[in-house]
Amino acid sequence: MNANIMENKIEQKLIVDGKEVSFSNEKNLLEVIRKAGIEVPTFCYRPDLSTYGACRMCVVEIEGMGIQTSCTVKPQAGMKVQVNTEKTRKIRKMTVELLLASHNRDCTICAKSENCDLQDLAKKLGVRDVRFPSKEKHLPIDDKNPSIVRDPSKCILCGACVRACKEIQGTGCLSFVNRGSEATVMPAYGKGLDEVDCTYCGQCTAVCPTGALRIKSDIDRVWEQILDPKKKVVVQIAPAVRIAAGETFGLPYGENTLGLITAALRKIGFDSIFDTCFTADLTIMEEASEFIERFKKGENLPLFTSCCPAWVRFLEQRYPSFLKNLSTCKSPQQMFGSVAKKVLIEEFNLNKPADQQIKKEDIVIVSIMPCTAKKAECNKEEFKTDDTKDVDFVLTTQEMIRMINEAGVDFKHIEPEHLDSPFGIFSGAGVIFGSSGGVAEAALRTAYETITGRKIEKVAITEARGLHTVKELSIKIDEHEVKVAIVNTLSEASALLERIKNGEAHYHMVEVMACPGGCLGGAGQPPSYKDREIKERRMKGLYDADVHNPIHKSHDNPEIIRLYQKWLEKPNSHIAHELLHTHYKNRKRIFGEIINLSSVEKGAKVTDVQVCVGTNCYAKGSYGIIEALTKLIKENNLENNVNIRATFCMEHCSEGPSVVIDGELILKATLDKIEGVFKDKILSKYQK
Amino acid sequence: MVAETQKNLEKVFEKQRKFCKVNEIVEKYKYQKQNLIAILQEVQGEYRYLPEEIMTYIATIMSISPASVYGVATFYSQFSLDPKGKYEVKVCDGTACHVRGSMPVYKAIKEKLKLKDGKFTTEDLQFSVETVRCLGACALAPVVVINNKVYSKVTPEAVKIILDKLLERSGEGDKAND
Amino acid sequence: MTNTVKADIKKEFERASEYVKKTGARVLICSGTGCVANGALDIYDKFLQLGADVKLKGEKHVTAIKTGCHGFCEQGVFVAIPDLKLTYVRVKPEDVAEIIEKTLKNAEVIDRLLFVDPKTNKTIQNPQEIDFYKYQTKKALFNCGQINPENIDEYIAARGYEAIDKVIKEFTPEQVCNEVEQSGLRGRGGGGFPTGKKWNFVRMNKADQKYVICNADEGDPGAFMDCGLMEGDPHRLIEGMIIAAYAVESSLGYIYVRAEYPLAVKRLKIAIQQAEERGFLGDNIFGTDFSFRIKIKEGAGAFVCGEETALIASIEGDRGMPMPKPPFPANEGLFGKPTLINNVETYANITMIILNNAEQYKKYGTGGSPGTKTFSITGEINNSGLIEVPLGTTLKEIVYDIGGGIRNNKKFKAVQIGGPSGGCLTEQHLDLALDYESLKSVGAMVGSGGLVVMNEDTCIVEVARFFLEFTQSESCGKCIPCREGTKQMLHILEKIVAGKAELKDLKLLEELAEVVQLGSLCGLGKTAPNPVLSTLKYFKDEYLAHIVDKRCPAGVCEAFKTIKIDPALCKGCTKCSKVCPVSAISGKIKETFVIDQEKCIKCGACLTSCPFDAIKEEN
Ligand SMILES: Cc1cc2nc3c(=O)[nH]c(=O)nc-3n(C[C@H](O)[C@H](O)[C@H](O)COP(=O)(O)O)c2cc1C
Ligand code: SF4
Ligand code: SF4
Ligand code: SF4
Ligand code: SF4
Ligand code: SF4
Ligand code: SF4
Ligand code: SF4
Ligand code: SF4
Ligand code: FES
Ligand code: FES
Ligand code: FES
Ligand code: FES
Repeated sequence: MNANIMENKIEQKLIVDGKEVSFSNEKNLLEVIRKAGIEVPTFCYRPDLSTYGACRMCVVEIEGMGIQTSCTVKPQAGMKVQVNTEKTRKIRKMTVELLLASHNRDCTICAKSENCDLQDLAKKLGVRDVRFPSKEKHLPIDDKNPSIVRDPSKCILCGACVRACKEIQGTGCLSFVNRGSEATVMPAYGKGLDEVDCTYCGQCTAVCPTGALRIKSDIDRVWEQILDPKKKVVVQIAPAVRIAAGETFGLPYGENTLGLITAALRKIGFDSIFDTCFTADLTIMEEASEFIERFKKGENLPLFTSCCPAWVRFLEQRYPSFLKNLSTCKSPQQMFGSVAKKVLIEEFNLNKPADQQIKKEDIVIVSIMPCTAKKAECNKEEFKTDDTKDVDFVLTTQEMIRMINEAGVDFKHIEPEHLDSPFGIFSGAGVIFGSSGGVAEAALRTAYETITGRKIEKVAITEARGLHTVKELSIKIDEHEVKVAIVNTLSEASALLERIKNGEAHYHMVEVMACPGGCLGGAGQPPSYKDREIKERRMKGLYDADVHNPIHKSHDNPEIIRLYQKWLEKPNSHIAHELLHTHYKNRKRIFGEIINLSSVEKGAKVTDVQVCVGTNCYAKGSYGIIEALTKLIKENNLENNVNIRATFCMEHCSEGPSVVIDGELILKATLDKIEGVFKDKILSKYQK
Repeated sequence: MVAETQKNLEKVFEKQRKFCKVNEIVEKYKYQKQNLIAILQEVQGEYRYLPEEIMTYIATIMSISPASVYGVATFYSQFSLDPKGKYEVKVCDGTACHVRGSMPVYKAIKEKLKLKDGKFTTEDLQFSVETVRCLGACALAPVVVINNKVYSKVTPEAVKIILDKLLERSGEGDKAND
Repeated sequence: MTNTVKADIKKEFERASEYVKKTGARVLICSGTGCVANGALDIYDKFLQLGADVKLKGEKHVTAIKTGCHGFCEQGVFVAIPDLKLTYVRVKPEDVAEIIEKTLKNAEVIDRLLFVDPKTNKTIQNPQEIDFYKYQTKKALFNCGQINPENIDEYIAARGYEAIDKVIKEFTPEQVCNEVEQSGLRGRGGGGFPTGKKWNFVRMNKADQKYVICNADEGDPGAFMDCGLMEGDPHRLIEGMIIAAYAVESSLGYIYVRAEYPLAVKRLKIAIQQAEERGFLGDNIFGTDFSFRIKIKEGAGAFVCGEETALIASIEGDRGMPMPKPPFPANEGLFGKPTLINNVETYANITMIILNNAEQYKKYGTGGSPGTKTFSITGEINNSGLIEVPLGTTLKEIVYDIGGGIRNNKKFKAVQIGGPSGGCLTEQHLDLALDYESLKSVGAMVGSGGLVVMNEDTCIVEVARFFLEFTQSESCGKCIPCREGTKQMLHILEKIVAGKAELKDLKLLEELAEVVQLGSLCGLGKTAPNPVLSTLKYFKDEYLAHIVDKRCPAGVCEAFKTIKIDPALCKGCTKCSKVCPVSAISGKIKETFVIDQEKCIKCGACLTSCPFDAIKEEN
């Protein structure tokens, strides 16, 4: 084993286009060639995903091995490789020509134009003519969800999205379907992404080389708001945006461009510019106190963070039994929305004459997020007050950049500007939210000081940092040992959930971020899959921002303190709960709807009985139970008091049949047992 | 219970009885992903096609994504996502059969069953027709298989007679069932 | 599962021989797929029913036995009575009573049921004198048609399971691999890779688990050798796999059989069970540490699953999409473990090599291609069926000596060898020796061994189109050159046969063929252009005739047909105009009718409608 590692480290040499190139532990020839500065085109290779070898763009000629795809070949010492030969050029050019034939070539109006790999390669390879007939019929566009547009007419079947969804998120929502020239990539049964277990994390869009999977754009709708003089358009900037936006304009990876962004947004015409880091601090206040409470009671632990909407949706859809572990805190974006629409309006209107007061319907909250899932989050029913959304529009970092370009702002050369107040003051703890581990670190800083009443010795909890998908740490708070797990990517999260479920892992707090590296690797950011270093630099940018911030803990943020004093009383107060907390729903996709077996209207006096008729419970006799209950109800003349419904799988199959009476779950319901339960729970209620 | 809901419930139970069979099959194959194809084959044997809800159910109890199950089901030509007819007519269009005239036979069958292009199953779900690749009886080309019975050296005329006989028989069968 | 039985091969052999002897005079009724289709099972039942107490010539006890394919399926159902050196062909159930009465009881030959030599028109009684059998060398197929494949004793009595006994007692795994390497056996699944070499690769890869897979997907449409082998002698394949498992140190094997072979699956399952009962399969085989089990996996209809990495994906329960090689299965195969994959016939050759020895094995065939090879000959040939000849036999010997020449005295045109990935051989190749090297030198390949014979009435362009349609629809769709390239190639070929192609299309076709060949990921795409390239090489004039002259020389392609009314014969009866679905025929009653060629869709309906035969089809 050791010898092996040693061997891998040894520098070896091979020859590319006549030049000697050294390599050590690159996983394939492609990486070696690229490292030598020779460009090899690719469509399907993604360094962080499994190798697929389908697009054939990376072909090279190797002496003795003939034509091989360099992404699938292991480098070997002494290999003689040629990248551009007559044959490899022919393959590449014809392959692109073939792709274009079945492609919907409307580049001029395509959202991916400019950064499309296909367009780029067609240009580079000099494909000027498509000699094959165009495909006549394309499958329809799927855009029925708030985050992602899937356009099969632009798909080149590189499989990157299939791999991303499966390998990064473990959701496997996308798959290859059919075969040969009929092959397509789509969700099960060709359904829309809104009808399957998609989390809207957008990682599939992040790796798609063409416009086949793209982020749904809200730019036009935001422009409308900005140009409407009646509207006061308030914008919040998420932590991870500031360290990624600059890349597109040629600034170094990871450079913090908050000032430039603020200036640019102001030029565009946003009325007030705030920072989501502020509500990140608020989140920490709430979440830390929620944690302390649960920790003291030993209840619903581990506490799961809830600021990543893709993770929340994942849990709602796949692991509803863990929903009780989720922190009830809204995400920082949503906290911003609800606080802004309540508090901010009042603060704006303070001391203003009636005719200058802003009406609630005229305030528009826009978020700039690294995230596609946030677009879906702001549309959730739970985040509406009186039928209006707390956050009205979400733009991704990429969309913001496009708006800046559309507005003709010269990003690189404008003068940086300051955020507006009051929600423009934030702590370093709020900024590191943008990185995997940041939420946990921020929460621990506050929890530590709240519990112990002492200052934490070391603000930086370095064990929580880094790009690894799983991190574990334990921290001593007084006599308690607090165990924390930090994971990014949902496939890692499911593995962790399984371990927790099986009793193999025990934690008090678990932070989950769906995107690799956390929000800094969000799908709304400029692409970062090509080079691992990009994410590393962004991460550094965030932690540097913490270092340069005079405030390191959320509870030290003066604006936060003022907010509580003036409006929210204290963390977890009644008003805080109303504004800052939420609840979750089981969204498991089960087959079949609830069937009402009686026609009683819902009401305070009505007892609600649900009997599971899922396969397992059915097999174990739930039908008999329904019969027995119906009979009992009839005999006791309770037909107008009890509402019986047949439901599907309650996820206690092994202990079925499952029955729920007024929210209380009864397992292993036998006929005898149910008679007793009927007497105790139902009959007694009405006999008084 | 209202008659209507009683009926609904009956429908559910009918479905659950079906799922019970699926449960048994999946159980037999130990919920292993590597047995997915065999499981789908048995399920199709049971229902003559792969209903969507059953594929979703299989995916759920096997802890794989419905999309992967759908991907597998659409890859192999043996699987059908639509109900197949009572008689499955397979016309071999392997090389040997092709050079000995399988296509005229195929056309004759489609004509006889009044299947216009794009349709492969008759309205009454009595017959479905498909071409397959080599059934291993090339020396007897062209070959047609109807519900596992092999008919050799078939001509367009002969196949019409075969179908007539089956039509007669299935007519009787239906009567017997009434 | 532990074997309670510790097999002793000598005792088993004695017992089995005794059993076979007791069967007395054997009436071998072919029950391969072909003969079953022709009623073999009814014939067998009839024999059981009517012949229960019958004795051959009143002396010898008679047993009816269902066997695998005799090879000459065309003439099925075969009923052979070796004791009388007699074989009946085309037997029907209603003939059984007569056979029992006349032939079995009284040794009388029924002339009507004998094979008639098409050349001499004389009947032949002894199958060994029939051309179809006379020129063959049956080795792998030796037992096929001779034994009951559903009875392990019949296999044991034919020295079955002696080879594995010998291997376990006398050979180290390395020695087995070397012996196989020595024999020069090359993979019969298409590529012709040296089998012993492959075994050694797998053997030398250390791993906690290795797998042995038998590729029985036989996807080439028009080939059924593996089918015949599995149906006729399943134990030979199983024994070959056990030896392989011993040689590469594997404990679990899979046979991946295509779904279209239900009979083969059934017989393999029976054979595996019997072998387990006797202790040839399972734990501690022959009382040693060596354990091996075999599972059957049924395919679900995908040609590409014959490709080894796709096959592995399919066994794992996935879509059968190939992976780039390297890594080869020998290093990273099933479930990521070192895996040996060989074809059915390759395994069937192993026992021979072990029982005799490598040198003996090399006596047949050529230096570079030792041994015998099975072929299926079909198409426009007189005697179609399953044959086995030494590698190096010429095409002429196969087509004319064994195959009896072209049907209906037509002219030989070409043979497609190796199916959709192979190439065509023409008259100039009749003297070509069929072996790996010679075939490769003319741009064809042994492939699976399917030979489809075509005559002058076959349109070679149409055949190329047919093969491309096949590969196109069987492409897995993973890589672009194959997925999109074969589609466009097919499109061009369709244009050619429809008379709509121009010369520049031919150039584009050639250009595409090169890229598909060079750029595709797996063998399917890499070989898909072969039929096009080889027909283009030998029959370019036919392509040009379609493109330039707008003519199909073989008179097959419908686009070039014209339907005309002969004015001299037309009586103006109006009948034809009534049947035409597109109203292309017009005329005045009792005058000459004419067909508007622009409108006519060549449906042919009018051809038969004319009572005066005035309507003709012209090419
Ligand atoms: C598209 C394709 C289809 C194939 N089909 C078969 C097949 O049906 N049977 C087979 O034995 N080998 C088939 N092969 C070859 C196998 O991949 C593999 O080379 C063979 O099983 C190795 O066994 P052998 O060394 O004994 O020949 C196919 C290859 C390709 C590329
Ligand atoms: S996906 Fe790329 S190539 Fe296709 S239309 Fe859009 S920009 Fe053009
Ligand atoms: S590129 Fe040429 S053709 Fe196209 S819009 Fe511009 S000027 Fe017109
Ligand atoms: S958004 Fe995320 S979960 Fe949805 S399909 Fe894409 S990768 Fe999968
Ligand atoms: S949608 Fe995009 S990433 Fe997915 S296969 Fe198509 S081109 Fe590739
Ligand atoms: S990790 Fe961040 S960017 Fe990714 S889905 Fe979650 S909240 Fe959005
Ligand atoms: S060559 Fe064809 S069959 Fe093979 S991987 Fe590519 S698309 Fe699939
Ligand atoms: S049927 Fe024959 S004879 Fe009558 S009109 Fe037609 S061509 Fe003339
Ligand atoms: S061939 Fe058909 S379409 Fe043409 S003239 Fe005859 S009947 Fe009419
Ligand atoms: S990048 Fe290597 S095959 Fe696609
Ligand atoms: S089926 Fe009733 S709880 Fe799962
Ligand atoms: S080609 Fe039809 S049975 Fe083989
Ligand atoms: S099946 Fe009977 S001879 Fe081939």
